[in-house]
Amino acid sequence: MSAFSAVRILFPPVVAARSAGEKPSAPFLPSLAVPGLTRSPLRAPRLGRPLLAVSSDVLSGQKPLGSNSSPSSHAAVSREEALVLYEDMVLGRVFEDMCAQMYYRGKMFGFVHLYNGQEAVSTGFIKLLEATDSVVSTYRDHVHAVSKGVPARAVMAELFGKTTGCCRGQGGSMHMFSSTHNLLGGFAFIGEGIPVATGAAFSSKYRHEVLKQSNPKGLDVTVAFFGDGTCNNGQFFECLNMAQLWKLPIIFVVENNLWAIGMSHLRATSDPEIWKKGPAFGMPGVHVDGMDVLKVREVAMEAIGRARRGEGPTLVECETYRFRGHSLADPDELRKAGKLEILFI
Amino acid sequence: MASALQSAALLSNATASRRCRFAYYPASHSGSKCCGILVVRSDGRVSRSFNASLRNGNLVTNAIATKADTVTSSTASKPGHELLLFEALREGLEEEMDRDPRVCVMGEDVGHYGGSYKVTKGLATKYGDLRVLDTPIAENSFTGMGIGSAMTGLRPVVEGMNMGFLLLAYNQISNNCGMLHYTSGGQFTIPIVIRGPGGVGRQLGAEHSQRLESYFQSIPGLQMVACSTPYNAKGLMKAAIRSENPVVLFEHVLLYNLKERIPDEEYVLSLEEAEMVRPGEHVTILTYSRMRYHVMQAAKTLVNKGYDPEVIDIRSLKPFDLYTIGKSVKKTHRVLIVEECMRTGGIGSSLRSAIIDNFWDYLDAPIMCLSSQDVPTPYAGTLEEWTVVQPAQIVTAVEQLCQ
Repeated sequence: MSAFSAVRILFPPVVAARSAGEKPSAPFLPSLAVPGLTRSPLRAPRLGRPLLAVSSDVLSGQKPLGSNSSPSSHAAVSREEALVLYEDMVLGRVFEDMCAQMYYRGKMFGFVHLYNGQEAVSTGFIKLLEATDSVVSTYRDHVHAVSKGVPARAVMAELFGKTTGCCRGQGGSMHMFSSTHNLLGGFAFIGEGIPVATGAAFSSKYRHEVLKQSNPKGLDVTVAFFGDGTCNNGQFFECLNMAQLWKLPIIFVVENNLWAIGMSHLRATSDPEIWKKGPAFGMPGVHVDGMDVLKVREVAMEAIGRARRGEGPTLVECETYRFRGHSLADPDELRKAGKLEILFI
Repeated sequence: MASALQSAALLSNATASRRCRFAYYPASHSGSKCCGILVVRSDGRVSRSFNASLRNGNLVTNAIATKADTVTSSTASKPGHELLLFEALREGLEEEMDRDPRVCVMGEDVGHYGGSYKVTKGLATKYGDLRVLDTPIAENSFTGMGIGSAMTGLRPVVEGMNMGFLLLAYNQISNNCGMLHYTSGGQFTIPIVIRGPGGVGRQLGAEHSQRLESYFQSIPGLQMVACSTPYNAKGLMKAAIRSENPVVLFEHVLLYNLKERIPDEEYVLSLEEAEMVRPGEHVTILTYSRMRYHVMQAAKTLVNKGYDPEVIDIRSLKPFDLYTIGKSVKKTHRVLIVEECMRTGGIGSSLRSAIIDNFWDYLDAPIMCLSSQDVPTPYAGTLEEWTVVQPAQIVTAVEQLCQ
């Protein structure tokens, strides 16, 4: 059953165990009762149209809440597909760990932002894309590059500033580009890539409607990855508006790891539930457990399908967590021992 | 008038380069002694043809009237057609959109409204709402969208309703437009054109009277041109669209209604070339955009006083056409820069540095630079006039230089 079809809004359980049977994931905020932050049902739409916002981390209305939620209830993956996903995630993790090692040995310099812990988001989305689909990322882009198909060797060479790097050593950690793999960056400022992704999606629509170049599979899709901090930035909102206005084939993927360097998402955002911002612009807003690659993949399939058919953009909020600091130079003192997270359990 | 001058030219200058076809004699020199003929070739290139005989300091009896309607640099092998500057921009844009289906326009009110200065009038009806895209008021994002679509195969022309609004897009213009070609290791080109009217208008107020060329000039990877006549507006628009580099095309609010006769045949100008407006001997006056007209007005006065200024419209703000400028400096040894930019950090200060770096030995006097005052443009008309360089100041400056 598709993750979107449930238009009715589901109430999350108050109990802690929301994904029983799965690996203990980092404590997540929205599914639990939080002082001062009630998960109240969205009011009946004042606009008279249904709010397309579904929380898919909760079971899609099939089984009673609190019961065993096993991976088999998710969209089935074949063994081959599962191995591809597994390999991609392990590669991402090992790659980032090697970056850390090189950095701390004094062989890599500058700002290096690692993706440890968030692999499910990258793998879940990018492994569903075709070669002609585009990915736009942020400074935390090594794993997006590797998932999209840029050879790990080229990415690592780029991190060492070598001419054999994917950008000839001119871009560095925060500027991974690949024209062959349609990786459009790699942006150092947050929010910078979202308009570029919107432009790529516009090109896709333009090619179809003006240049009459049709692809039997549907429109080429663009996936824009960015974080929770970006969701308070003007470019985010401006692009949500434009993407929905022109029904661009783009998916806005929020990697909500609850921290923007040292700024907790809760301290920075008036309404921390980012997925709700999608319906405000008329597009579906989906919330998903970003630590579970199968759940992410399920949501991604739906969102990519929508975009390909020309139904427009989707905002997907992936709750995830980064196991390392913001960057390798980040002392990361505010997240010590997960105290703040435990507070909200 | 054109034909009379043309026959006069043919009669008077026998040694003029017969090998060059000069179709339109610029109303720059009268009389028998000509210092050089402004030669405009059929492909639109402008070059000087030097005459061996130099001036002997005779008074030039004819004024150099380079008003808007008499053009010094346009080919008119056929009669051509007359139009206003904004129409010339539209013509250039339309021709390029016909030629290449990837060329599209994005901006506020460019579609159904036809553009706030009517540069895109009628284009949405002809090409559709996707090719002439009316955007919401989100400069940063739609400029970024233009950049993203340029990276992925389109050739967008992004219009800032006023150049000042592009300050909101500065983030995308600096970080992405200028840089992505480099940071991607050359994998992506960004063939975008960013254009819009800037400059001081008629009492538009401080925010609408900004000159962004000085702010943009430092951005690495960006190319900048400024148009000043219908002829060069159309030519530069076409060249900018065809260029693989990101180009910022500066137009001026007060110049949109200039009328000129431009050729019927297609022409594209070079983005990196300066335009010789009036050849001369005594002093090189470098200018661009609207100040060209203040300079030419001052030139009338100067000629009557016996001076012979050489006026060059630099057109290319980044990079500077140091070849044309250098040739002029080597001839006159005196330079005056007249610009509408601010004094601090403006185009003039960069140009001055460039000339000093390259042509120091040829200078007989310090380079003078007349710029706008470093103040927000006042609303009151009299005050506004005072912030901008006026012809009288140009005359004084030349007199001072030529002492």
